[in-house]
Amino acid sequence: MEAWQPAADFATLRLRAELLARIRRFFAARGVLEVETPALSAAAITDPHLISFAVHPDGPGSRHPLYLHTSPEFPMKRLLAAGSGCIYQIARVFRDDEWGRLHNPEFTLLEWYRVGFDHHRLMDEVAELTSILLAGRVALAVPERLSYGAAFQRYLGLDPHRATVAELASCAQRQAVSIPPGMPATETDPWLDLLLTHCIESHLGKGRLTFLHDYPASQAALARLQSGDPPVGERFELYLNGIELANGFHELGDAHEQRRRFEAENAARRARGQPEMPIDEQMLAALAAGLPDCAGVALGFDRLLMLAAGRPSLAEVLAFPFDRA
Amino acid sequence: MATYSTNEFKSGLKIMLDGDPYAIVENEFVKPGKGQAFNRVKIRNLKSNRVIERTFKSGDSAEGADVVDVELQYLYNDGEYWHFMDPQSYEQLTADAAAVSDAAKWLKEEAICQVTLWNGVPLSVAAPNFVIMAIVETDPGVRGDTSGGGGKPATLETGAVVRVPLFVQNGEVIKVDTRTGEYVSRVKE
Repeated sequence: MEAWQPAADFATLRLRAELLARIRRFFAARGVLEVETPALSAAAITDPHLISFAVHPDGPGSRHPLYLHTSPEFPMKRLLAAGSGCIYQIARVFRDDEWGRLHNPEFTLLEWYRVGFDHHRLMDEVAELTSILLAGRVALAVPERLSYGAAFQRYLGLDPHRATVAELASCAQRQAVSIPPGMPATETDPWLDLLLTHCIESHLGKGRLTFLHDYPASQAALARLQSGDPPVGERFELYLNGIELANGFHELGDAHEQRRRFEAENAARRARGQPEMPIDEQMLAALAAGLPDCAGVALGFDRLLMLAAGRPSLAEVLAFPFDRA
Repeated sequence: MATYSTNEFKSGLKIMLDGDPYAIVENEFVKPGKGQAFNRVKIRNLKSNRVIERTFKSGDSAEGADVVDVELQYLYNDGEYWHFMDPQSYEQLTADAAAVSDAAKWLKEEAICQVTLWNGVPLSVAAPNFVIMAIVETDPGVRGDTSGGGGKPATLETGAVVRVPLFVQNGEVIKVDTRTGEYVSRVKE
């Protein structure tokens, strides 16, 4: 095949269009409003593990770099705070340095917010929509919920909320995981990520939707914390056949706590020698004005299409993947 | 030597690790929903040919290995070393037994071989995919005799032993696939 030609076949591209139409019918029937928000913003995500593409405008009067969004979360929360009610968006998003069998630097996210839902009620709806989209293509058993702690107990016999770096490192050694150079001596999250990706993910969602939920508080991102022992982030991820499909939160509405997390992430960026990102003050102002109690989720549409089409890589469901773009 | 970031990793790239040169066989980018991303790579040690798995934190880098493949002409073996020559520059290079390894039995003088150099020194030698050699010893076969699996061992001029059909005779010249070590055909001189 020549480089000008599409990587996906037309049957797959027709399936893409059909699934997008079904998604729109699903939300129309539930009274969820489709919205569009800017892809370019003066603010950006602070998460040190996400790299935003920076755009340097050269038009007259332009001053600062702009960033392509990695998800439409911040402006969608501004809509929610302004009283939009339940909303969804099918957005093309951009993440630099993410390219592989399951990654393309630009991809399609289906992101939606349900006012009055918590993360468990939203998991029900994610399962419902996903099952409709995969019906007749992927056989699915009853969906499963597994807490992050229970998954680590089941597959590795350790408590991820309390394990020390030394315990996580010796677990990695027992599992014959190659330990990358430069792993941190005190921070446990990268070790948990190493074990999750190398030892657990491939077991998740075998022939069924598995929701991994109640993440360590340090990985709550934009989710609320549930006080308890240990406290956990009200966050979930959806897996099917070992592939991560979606990330959801019972959304944090506390502007002060959100600012503290953004600043901690920028501090982590400084410590790692990465550039700090401009914090989204408009989003924080929206939270301060009052975000309705809601849960939200971002689902990787291309990965879902890949599973529906029975293809082994993202490149086969994109008309023109990154290396042909 | 240049360093390569994990986002430049791809199959075939040569990198240094623990003092040895490696070639990347497979590179997989993995990332949990949020958090630290990793590159899980399968890499082949170019000295031992052993394939191992290594994980890097995405964004980290590895030093490149000065490894190149060149076409050299095989000259002779002095009992300890195998001598090769660059047909363009006439520069001569010697390879030891570890580098020549299994290719030794297929090396016939003047054959053009692919030699992998690390820092200018032969690291491995690949025999040509097909070689043409004379049989120096084989039992006389009987035409039409299909017993013994339809073949017999034959020793070639380099000492390599291959199975040949029964009708192939001592002194004949044959073509052999060095990758499988199998007889291909007789060759008329």
